[in-house]
Amino acid sequence: MDIRFRFMKFRKIAGIISISLFIVSIMSLSFRGLSLGLDFSGGTLIEVSYESAVDLESIRNSLEVNGYPDSQVVNFGTNLDVLIKVADQSGNSSIGENIFNILNEQNIPIELKRVEFVGPQVGDELRDQGGLGMIIALFMILIYVAFRFQYKFALGAVTALGHDVVIILGLFSLFGWDFDLTVLAALLAVIGYSLNDTIVVSDRIRENFRTERILEPIDMIDLSLNQTLGRTIVTSLTTLLVLFALFIFGGELIRGFSLALILGVLIGTYSSIYVVANILMSLTLTQEDLAIPEPEGVDFDGMP
Amino acid sequence: MVLVIGSIYALPNLYPTQPSIQVAYTDSAKSADQSLLDELEEILENEKASYEEIFLRENKIVIKFNDVDTQLSSKTILQNILLDKVIIALFLEPSTPQWLKDIGANPVKLGLDLSGGVHFLLEVDIDTAQQGRLELLLDTYQKTFKEEKIKFDNSSIKDLALYFEFSNKESYNKALKKYRDDSPLVNGLQYIITERPSSNILILEYSDIALKEIRDYAVGQNLTTLRNRVNELGVSEPIVQRQGSNRIVVELPGVQDPTAAKKIIGKTANLEFRLEANSRTSPLRKEQFDFKENEFQTAYLEKAVIVSGDRVTNASTGFDESGFAQVNITLDMQGGRAMQRATSGNIGRKLGVLFVEQKTNSELVTNAQGESVIEQTTFIEKNIISLATVQAVLGTSFRITGVGSPTEASELALLLRAGALAAPMKFVEERTVGPSLGKENIELGMKSILIGFCLVVLFMALYYRVFGIAANISLIINLVLITGIMSLLGASLTLPGMAGIVLTVGMAVDANVLIFSRIREELKNKDPQSAIRDGFSRAFVTIFDANVTTLIAALILYIIGTGPVKGFAITLSIGIVTSMFTAIMCTRAMVNLIYGNKNIKVLKI
Repeated sequence: MDIRFRFMKFRKIAGIISISLFIVSIMSLSFRGLSLGLDFSGGTLIEVSYESAVDLESIRNSLEVNGYPDSQVVNFGTNLDVLIKVADQSGNSSIGENIFNILNEQNIPIELKRVEFVGPQVGDELRDQGGLGMIIALFMILIYVAFRFQYKFALGAVTALGHDVVIILGLFSLFGWDFDLTVLAALLAVIGYSLNDTIVVSDRIRENFRTERILEPIDMIDLSLNQTLGRTIVTSLTTLLVLFALFIFGGELIRGFSLALILGVLIGTYSSIYVVANILMSLTLTQEDLAIPEPEGVDFDGMP
Repeated sequence: MVLVIGSIYALPNLYPTQPSIQVAYTDSAKSADQSLLDELEEILENEKASYEEIFLRENKIVIKFNDVDTQLSSKTILQNILLDKVIIALFLEPSTPQWLKDIGANPVKLGLDLSGGVHFLLEVDIDTAQQGRLELLLDTYQKTFKEEKIKFDNSSIKDLALYFEFSNKESYNKALKKYRDDSPLVNGLQYIITERPSSNILILEYSDIALKEIRDYAVGQNLTTLRNRVNELGVSEPIVQRQGSNRIVVELPGVQDPTAAKKIIGKTANLEFRLEANSRTSPLRKEQFDFKENEFQTAYLEKAVIVSGDRVTNASTGFDESGFAQVNITLDMQGGRAMQRATSGNIGRKLGVLFVEQKTNSELVTNAQGESVIEQTTFIEKNIISLATVQAVLGTSFRITGVGSPTEASELALLLRAGALAAPMKFVEERTVGPSLGKENIELGMKSILIGFCLVVLFMALYYRVFGIAANISLIINLVLITGIMSLLGASLTLPGMAGIVLTVGMAVDANVLIFSRIREELKNKDPQSAIRDGFSRAFVTIFDANVTTLIAALILYIIGTGPVKGFAITLSIGIVTSMFTAIMCTRAMVNLIYGNKNIKVLKI
């Protein structure tokens, strides 16, 4: 048999790495929490662009004098763009205009790039909806995989997804990156991508279990991983290529989004190799689990 | 076949857009006509502003320009001369050929983050609407009980329920009978009666159906009102939509001044029904108003308002017995009673309808720097839109006849409906994207797509050679299909949507990679032709499973996401479907074209 790389030799180490990353993420999430973006926290955000670099301190001062002492003033992308955030929870929708007027009074030409106001209840709702969506997505995928494959695979796939999502969230929490709606979207896309990978691997394991009847489960998994390795690397590579293009050229607004996806592809690729296989090994997948050929396979074989 | 249709619908996106302006009368009842067109033409010619084309389209006049500079300068010229008479909106007119438009092929719509503009989310305050209805009910029953000598000590509204505490058992029983006679429908709404005989208390509460009705009515009414107001802004493609149970989304692409937009959206237009003053009305109790249609005609109305616009539940046009146009008006119960009281002793007098508007007045003034700028001031204007003789005692529904032509009748009905909001609203979300940021986002998005695409194409060509080229052609077809389907569905493209396309490009090759690596494996113990055949068919199951699950995630994203994120879910879902199609069908076709019917000895892959 053509097993070039013994993946499963490292499965214990991988397991330890995964578990410790997972624990660190959970710890960070529960102690530090996520630095929620405007979409979820509610408040007002205003982005303006100056013609020449501007002193942030003077902006802060004039905002403080005019009744916005708690505003965050930072550069956004370049030092010509200034982003101001006010975490006001009273649901006042005219803060953006007020701030723009205050800045205009400084007599430096500015251009309004965007204003975003999210009322507190909308933020809460988006947060709840997002969390709920994530859980529903995982659950539906669990059902689909259990139906198409077998419950052990489904368990493996969903553990891998949970592993990916928690670790990405953990990284966002650990580094204090802004978590907004686009990052949530990226996270759901990661679920899709990572699953894609997981299914390709699982599919091969299933096939090998049915056709190659001599091997030990551990060899079987190694063989399958080796067979799909080429594809896994190529797909991850092409996806990473476009994601880096997006990260570098896509601008500040979708940087968080592309970052989450890059992390997701890396972790997703890793998890589809180690997490799924590890789960299958510990659940002791046997040939009997897959002994009866499922009718779906036959249906589709006839297709081009 | 799919390819041909896809390309045709993707085609409009290749035609450039042309800077244009759209001119409409400020008065929504008037539609643009040849005379306005001539006037505009004359102004532009006098000012030597060059334009490419001017024509009339759906109550508006569209003027196309060759470049953005003349578009902007012409807008200023026109606005300075015509001031408040017209609303001028800037927009980009797609230069799609007529035959494409005829089959419904239009360029992809841009989301607000790409086109620039304002997005508002308004919340309708349902509690206030419910409270208002209960107060009506309280009032109604207080009167009825007094009239029928049913004695009560206390009446109040607490937690959206109506409490009556009666003085004795007899009154309690009478009231209960009254309630039962009226129920299940009081004022057209369903209530639930709770009895507390020991303390002589009766409680009325809304049923779930009634709550839903109040909510739907309030949101529906506000939606109509908002649409009318938004039309005044002269935005070329506004969106006003209900979202969830009690929210309304307003999207105004191209609008740069959120403050002005907010003012108009949040303004209070209203209606007032008042009797015409007669010779016995004291001068202190009457006011003079202009007619809306004819400013030289005036009339005196009494100061007392019988009913205001928020009592109007519906206004529609119809025809009377002799075939003349009329406007049918429906008031709510309270409004009907007030109308009945006011008209019962006054048959033969005239009833006037006042349209109350908050307006802005623009003036050309010279500022300190010596530039002439347009200065705006707001004021309230009240005009008579109808003055008709009362022919009978009016109630909840009545009609106004002698309103002129059917068009005039429908305009009057529109004005009547445009009245007040059924319930107060507040802004719960607001996003403004400046025009420069929109443009920047498009550039960034296109750049990322292009670079990402080139990288993938290069990689595939180098790694898989001939097969890679087949996959690359599929990828191009895939992009064409995504654009075509986006155009066909009329889905908006957003920045995350563009990111979705980029991601699709990266992931789309996956299906081909799967097929190719399968073929490689099959080659070990099969001849090239059957390796190709088996490679394709065996990879299919895997591709199908892998994509269905991603599709599940994308669909959920679509359901929970709003605005830009929804855009991402759309492009991702479309991308998944098209990439499956192109990777399997198109690559297959190409591979067959290259290797089909040939006796290949060695297959390079």
